[in-house]
Amino acid sequence: MAGPPTIALYWCAGCGGCEESVFDMAEQLIGVYEKTRIVFWPAALDARSSDVEALADGEIDAAFINGAIRLDEHVQMVRLLRKKSKCLIAHGTCAHMGGVIGLGNFFSSKQLLACAYQHAPSMATPKGPLPGQGADTGTTRHPLPGLLPAVLPLDRIVDVEAVIPGCPPPPETMAQVFDQIIAGVLPAKGTVYAHQKALCHSCPRRDTRPERITVSRFKRLQDTLWDPTVCFLAQDLICLGPVTRGGCNARCISANMPCRGCFGPTTAMDDFGAGAMALIAALMADGDETDYEALIESIPDPAGLFYRYSLAASILGKGRRP
Amino acid sequence: MTRRILIDPVTRLEGHGRIDIRLDEAGNVSHAFFQVPDFKGFEQFSVGRAAEEMPTLTQKICGVCPTAHHIAGTKALDDLFTAAPPTAARLIRELMHTAFIFEDHLLHFFYLGGPDILVDGDPAKQNHNVFGAIAAMGDTLGRQVINIRKKVRAMNAMLGGSALYPVCGLAGGVSKPVDAKMRAEIIQTSTDALALARQLLAVFHDKVRKKPLYKEMVGNPAFNLSTYYMGLVDDNDRVNFYDGRLRVVTPDGRPWACFSADQYLDHLVERTDAHSYMKPTYLKKVGWKGYQDGPDSGLYRVGPLARLNAAKAMATPLAQQEYERFYDTIGHKPAHNTMLYHWARLIEVLYAAEQMVTLSRSQALTDPHVRTLPTQAPTSGVGVCEAPRGTLIHHYQTNANAIVERCNLLVATQNNAAAICLSVEKAARALIKNGVVTDTCLQQVEMAYRAYDPCLACATH
Repeated sequence: MAGPPTIALYWCAGCGGCEESVFDMAEQLIGVYEKTRIVFWPAALDARSSDVEALADGEIDAAFINGAIRLDEHVQMVRLLRKKSKCLIAHGTCAHMGGVIGLGNFFSSKQLLACAYQHAPSMATPKGPLPGQGADTGTTRHPLPGLLPAVLPLDRIVDVEAVIPGCPPPPETMAQVFDQIIAGVLPAKGTVYAHQKALCHSCPRRDTRPERITVSRFKRLQDTLWDPTVCFLAQDLICLGPVTRGGCNARCISANMPCRGCFGPTTAMDDFGAGAMALIAALMADGDETDYEALIESIPDPAGLFYRYSLAASILGKGRRP
Repeated sequence: MTRRILIDPVTRLEGHGRIDIRLDEAGNVSHAFFQVPDFKGFEQFSVGRAAEEMPTLTQKICGVCPTAHHIAGTKALDDLFTAAPPTAARLIRELMHTAFIFEDHLLHFFYLGGPDILVDGDPAKQNHNVFGAIAAMGDTLGRQVINIRKKVRAMNAMLGGSALYPVCGLAGGVSKPVDAKMRAEIIQTSTDALALARQLLAVFHDKVRKKPLYKEMVGNPAFNLSTYYMGLVDDNDRVNFYDGRLRVVTPDGRPWACFSADQYLDHLVERTDAHSYMKPTYLKKVGWKGYQDGPDSGLYRVGPLARLNAAKAMATPLAQQEYERFYDTIGHKPAHNTMLYHWARLIEVLYAAEQMVTLSRSQALTDPHVRTLPTQAPTSGVGVCEAPRGTLIHHYQTNANAIVERCNLLVATQNNAAAICLSVEKAARALIKNGVVTDTCLQQVEMAYRAYDPCLACATH
């Protein structure tokens, strides 16, 4: 690329945490600003959508997109950014796999809206209209964008060159990606900015993990006091570290809490939840069907736990291209 | 001929929004509308989840105020399981939460809304941002803010696992105690934070308050809303971010209500606006009168200015001095000008830093006993705290196996939603006249919402 690289950062259905992962680069962010041309970044700069439309196709070298695809206008925006960019990067868990927002795929759009805007106990009018209903069609006010039938990860809508996993990605990983782009190297197709191996390999409690772990009943967090130095699974507490890609600095483990899988699956599997279920199967102690049922029953919300971050990307989900 | 001005997207805030201004044939504003195109459905997809996961699940509503969601969710679990945290756990939570508000207020002051008042000059040059703020305030101070913020976030990562998304909250406690080595680091960081807070107040008085644009806007009735105000207060009616009762005062400053979080349904109501996913709230006993201010409208405000207005005092000495100086200067309480949110926010930065120092020196902080195991079956729990942007309430109802059956969330910016829409409309009507639309007046329309430090992902969740 000639001159400083041109960068865009955008959010779809996100939380702003991925933006914070950029702010958290602290002083390094000043260097990025000085060495790049950032043309669009609503969280920090005052450029508008019309400024993106005015760019030439391919003018942006790298666009970082975070958040899941939830509304119809997200589809339009990421298609616009795809057209304007040489390289598109799925920034964070929601763009990567749908994230927590993807849990919405357990329900229909109508259920999601009715719960929030009609059935909530603090609503003034339980039978009132939903957002968008009864609105004018744009003559005096901008029409309200609608929900897609399901939450989708970014790569269901547009081609994606690289993924930065994590909810949120560590700021040092963000710095690494920016440094590479500033050095003139755009990520190769299929790049994943995290470890190849599971979190267990870099877990500070790795040495306390027995060769073979067997569990007959899982315990729940609120009912249990656990050893802060010993592998969670060895203490009958579910930890998804064995099936989750490393690269997070074991930050939840450092707070004495188990992994919930935000970095997504390792290269060994496509579907995170399927991997988590295989993990549970491998932990079963020898026993009969009743024992197996008791183990499964001891997991209070298996679907919500195993697909907490990846339901929208699952082979079981509704995540087809619209 | 009519004309349309679209600001899309609005910038330097958390979440998605657009401002749609319509001018009549004379070039004056006929409508000015703030729309939030954002929705996730947390209240529905929390149903079926295990209660113990709620503080880490619901905090994903917002990556800018996650610690507040984590604290409100954890306090809801305390209530749900009837498990009061031991003293050390309570101190750790309040320390983490107060430190979070300290650094999040700095995020607003330097990265988001603050550049509007820190950076002079033509908004068309697009240097109203953190980089312009650093240039305006001086490289040394700018880098100091960045580095102290980094240290405070590192402190919270030490307490909660991640600087962004803490995971330490459990029903009846926290997952990790503080040891003597950690405490030494916490004391140092808190002391550094306090030194910076004092410096920032001095800079605000010496430089920012004297800027012509800020002085003009603080005196401009186009940025005034005469509303009710709400905030958490302690037993002495002083501002507290972590716990207390919700105190509401009238537009002329009289006490209107004071209630505990579990009574929120008696006092606060949400409504739907067909043109936005943002649900405004209002005071139930005053009622909804549309987007208007005054004593007959149930519209109220939360966040830094509202907390100062709703409380009688600050709980720490230096913040109390600044609190008195604030109202002496304004000349009346409550203060109604939206631009004063910036000033009030810095007084809270000072309070937060002083409170961090106090909490970090508490002997009980390093007690290793940080868990109370629940002994009662769960049914319903409500948790409250002050997010940087205002009051936050989580309410979970579960079955006996602690599976969520109903989740209701009243989130900070929702409380300000009606006021934000009204502030934008009022500013647009006052500033755009006879078809004259300048970059400066559009910037000031945006300043009318940015001062609130809105979080639109929270407001829609």
